[in-house]
Amino acid sequence: MTTDYAVRAEAIRKRYGDKHALDGFDLAVRTGTVHGLLGPNGAGKTTAVRALATLLTLDGGRATVAGVDVSRDPRTVRSLIGLTGQYAAVDEILTGRQNLEMFGRLFHLGGRRAALRAGELLERFDLVEAGDKGVSGYSGGMRRRLDLAASMILAPRVLFLDEPTTGLDPRGRGEVWDAVRALVAGGTTVLLTTQYLDEADKLASHITVMDRGRAIADDSPAALKNTVGGDLIEVVVHEASELAAVTEVIARVAGSVPGTDAEARRVHAPVSDRVTALTEVARELRDRGIAVEDIGLRRPSLDDVFLRLTGQRTQPATAPAPGKTEVAA
Amino acid sequence: MSGGVSGALGAPVDLTPAADHGRAYWAVADCWNLVRRSLTHYQRQPAFILWTLGFPLVSVLLYGYVFGSAMKVPGGGDYREFLMPGMFTMTMAFGFMNTATAFATDAGKGVHDRFRSMPMAPSAVVTGRGVVDLITAAAELAILALTALLIGWRADGGPLASLAGFGLLLLLRFSLIWLGVWLGLVVPGPEQAGSLFAVAFPVTMISSVFVAPSLMPDWLGTVAAWNPVSATVTAIRELFGNPVASGGSWPEEHALLLSVAWPAAITLVCVPLAVRRFQRLSR
Repeated sequence: MTTDYAVRAEAIRKRYGDKHALDGFDLAVRTGTVHGLLGPNGAGKTTAVRALATLLTLDGGRATVAGVDVSRDPRTVRSLIGLTGQYAAVDEILTGRQNLEMFGRLFHLGGRRAALRAGELLERFDLVEAGDKGVSGYSGGMRRRLDLAASMILAPRVLFLDEPTTGLDPRGRGEVWDAVRALVAGGTTVLLTTQYLDEADKLASHITVMDRGRAIADDSPAALKNTVGGDLIEVVVHEASELAAVTEVIARVAGSVPGTDAEARRVHAPVSDRVTALTEVARELRDRGIAVEDIGLRRPSLDDVFLRLTGQRTQPATAPAPGKTEVAA
Repeated sequence: MSGGVSGALGAPVDLTPAADHGRAYWAVADCWNLVRRSLTHYQRQPAFILWTLGFPLVSVLLYGYVFGSAMKVPGGGDYREFLMPGMFTMTMAFGFMNTATAFATDAGKGVHDRFRSMPMAPSAVVTGRGVVDLITAAAELAILALTALLIGWRADGGPLASLAGFGLLLLLRFSLIWLGVWLGLVVPGPEQAGSLFAVAFPVTMISSVFVAPSLMPDWLGTVAAWNPVSATVTAIRELFGNPVASGGSWPEEHALLLSVAWPAAITLVCVPLAVRRFQRLSR
């Protein structure tokens, strides 16, 4: 197996009853990168991560981690990986330090080195002050950082992060992102699943989109966005009753079929001539007396890629799309 | 919080795992590490062990003193002398819920997944739990026996018989570890494991823990006499030289035999169930 790839999956399969959780899934994660794995709920992201982390046995296909076959030699794979799942898998009653020392001993470092490594990781993950306090008193972000630290005890070649920031507030998410960036700078390869597309956009240099147990797209975030097309014009109206009129205006000016998000009172469509489209739509809306909350041009976001590929919006609300050009209405 | 994580991976601590001592060595070492973890729980939350003893201690007071004077032991004898072996056994019997809850808690929080993704012995997750539960059970028995001695209970069967009595109690607890592990893997979460009490309470009540089966309606008395809990209670009453109050039924007359046979049967049934369920985690 080529060492260029830290993780490889070739047509892996996993079936539950008649549901194909993994239906010939392919994946290639380059060494030293953050690779995002996106997909709607139930697409098979977590199953894929669990299979690659040796927690599930495969029904078919072949997977390697750091060149080692996951099915044939799971024990070696386990000494090369770290796993951070959807919950902070740490002991609530123990202190942060006791957690890291316990996991260190279970990684067979021996008591002395486990203690040294625990101290080192507490420092690295900014948990020195909290280190001797019970984990039950930790904030969500601190727990996740401790969880990451526990995954990093052996400085693994590959780190699996399954929705590492779900349920965290923005500050906690920022803390985890900083930690992940530092790990990658240190040479670790990260496979990241997330519900937050802006998170994948910020961290990942490569993205695989999954749906129904298969990979349906695989490219860099920029390339994926380019597949959606050029810039989008986007209008948010005050009254939902105006959506139809706005859709009509945008359709005529942009010459394409706009998408409508009724709940957000938002209409958007791809445009080719950015400035002309923007001024014409703005003028027409003003002439018709339609009250506009927001109007602007933006680059396609991963949300748009996701919507186009899977026909679904992501579950949680995502942060405002980056690169938005605001124009006063 | 930026800048909190810094430095490259080149750790000053040598991270090469210790020399490979072989699987058997690590099975024991990893088990011991998980035992240490749970013992540290008690160190950090010493009230917890008293909390698990709350029910039997309250029962001793309620049944021993509130109802005690109204309770009679068939064949004569002091009710509190009769009750204490029942309390010991009930505490062992309820122990399966502690096992189930601890297991379900770890499973629910992904701690088991972390263990299984690590290069440690997979068996340690179960054996570590089992050893901790036996140590806990021994501590619980010590506290209960001291309490019992304080309120006048005595074991008059001689030191060897008394030792055998406590051995039978731990044997019952041992068999129920496997029931607890299996249930902990079956139930969806720790809350449901806690609600097992609704089943455990009647099961221990319909036994000779509090009342001699011969005082119950015939059909209920038969159920109670055959209850594995009764087998241990009756056997240790004999060994401790406490009032036995046997109604003369076959299970009561062969309590010593059954107090070994029942735990053996429970172990034989529950070990394969637990192991199969544990392996199914990979499916």
